[in-house]
Amino acid sequence: MRELLERLGKMAGALVTNTGLMALMLFHASIYAFTPPIKFRNIFKQMEFVGVKSLFVVVLTGSFTGMVLAYQSFNALKRFGAESLVGPTVALSMARELGPVLTGLMVSGRAGSAMATELGTMRVTEQIDALHTMGVNPIKHLVVPRILAGVLMLPFLTVITDFVGVVGGYFVGVHLLDINPGVYMGRTMDFVNVEDLFYGLYKSIVFGLIISLTACYHGFYTTGGAEGVGKAATNAVVLGCVLILAFNYLMTSALL
Amino acid sequence: MIEIIGLKKSFNSKKVLDGVDLAIERGKITVIIGRSGEGKSVLIKHIIGLLRPDSGKILLDSKEITALREREFNELRKHFGMLFQGSALFDSMTVAENVGFPLKEHTGLHDDEVMKVVAEKLHRVGLVGIEGMMPADLSGGMKKRVGLARAIVMDPEIVIFDEPTTGLDPIMADSVAELMLETQRALKTTYIVITHDIQLTYKIADMVAMLHQGKIIAKGTVEDIKKNPNPVLKQFLEGSAEGPIKVY
Repeated sequence: MRELLERLGKMAGALVTNTGLMALMLFHASIYAFTPPIKFRNIFKQMEFVGVKSLFVVVLTGSFTGMVLAYQSFNALKRFGAESLVGPTVALSMARELGPVLTGLMVSGRAGSAMATELGTMRVTEQIDALHTMGVNPIKHLVVPRILAGVLMLPFLTVITDFVGVVGGYFVGVHLLDINPGVYMGRTMDFVNVEDLFYGLYKSIVFGLIISLTACYHGFYTTGGAEGVGKAATNAVVLGCVLILAFNYLMTSALL
Repeated sequence: MIEIIGLKKSFNSKKVLDGVDLAIERGKITVIIGRSGEGKSVLIKHIIGLLRPDSGKILLDSKEITALREREFNELRKHFGMLFQGSALFDSMTVAENVGFPLKEHTGLHDDEVMKVVAEKLHRVGLVGIEGMMPADLSGGMKKRVGLARAIVMDPEIVIFDEPTTGLDPIMADSVAELMLETQRALKTTYIVITHDIQLTYKIADMVAMLHQGKIIAKGTVEDIKKNPNPVLKQFLEGSAEGPIKVY
């Protein structure tokens, strides 16, 4: 019993410490983000890494998800004779939930793990210490560009995921399930509006922050050599994904 | 003059530095020797402000630097250079970008002026025409040289070396030692070296101090150190498993 309580106590202590350090990192990054000189080159480099280099994976994810969604919704809706609602079902699901969530999860797996690995390697090979000794603030130099890239690029990637999802759904609905294209597009336009798109984009901004902050935090405070770098990458992705799903629920319940 | 006075530091109740007292003269090479895990790296991390002491202080030209705020320390660090054990070159940058990095961060020099200084510093450490190479393509010795070029690129007043010869073959280690002597004599910079390489110590040191169990147990010139009867120091210098220092 005592052992169990000790373990719980240690876990609670670690949770408080980690949350505190992460909040502190975010606080410092927020201040340094607006403190000149702004390192645009570093920011653009990270935006390219998070955004452009994630394009392929989000296009694949979005299109296949849209196609599956069209099949599944067609299968369900035809029982009520409402096959014409496949278009809006796909578009609404993509814009409000699946677009931001799947983009977040995929970017967390691709870019979040890479960020944590890169910063973790820099930590264990003393490159972060080297920045300190040169009078360069590592939070400003390494963390700020990554957090900004996450926050700025996730909405763009989400729009692309939404778009290819809708295109995938259209392809399956119109070309494979023989829904009239005019009906498909007309119904989609009737039921989906710009607010639905923005609803998903608000979420994606938060997910971008979650992905980059958890990755930077775990990478920046890596200890224990190569094994520690591996753990940092795993922890960054696991925590990032769990927080994305949890915050998605919280935001859905708050925004609806 | 750098004065370290009564410096103490513990990690999770383990005492690493237990009242270190040491005076480091300007314009000289001071070598701090000691076994692995005795706190040599911890000591130099205090000098450069990466760690803060539990108690004690460090004075730089009579000004206490251990009490400085991070922003003030950042300014001070521009007068320091450091060569790390593993060189700590930035993997994502070329050799030229690595060496020129402090200049780009802290001076308003244009790219061509930065490149000129980079080429000059690389030439000083015996490297020519490798500006475009990536750190992953360099040998251990070349990495050390590039690391040294980066450490001296801002013409710092004090350069700190963390195990500069570890991982190098004896010939390359000697060539790095020669390079350190040559650059120090040319620039009249204060060099602080931590190492357990006795050959390196004998070759370059103006002053030697031995750190053992969190304290400086002996200090003096190379000749003084060789004559010192302290059994711990003698065992360390002789590299013997027999003596007061127990291996296990």
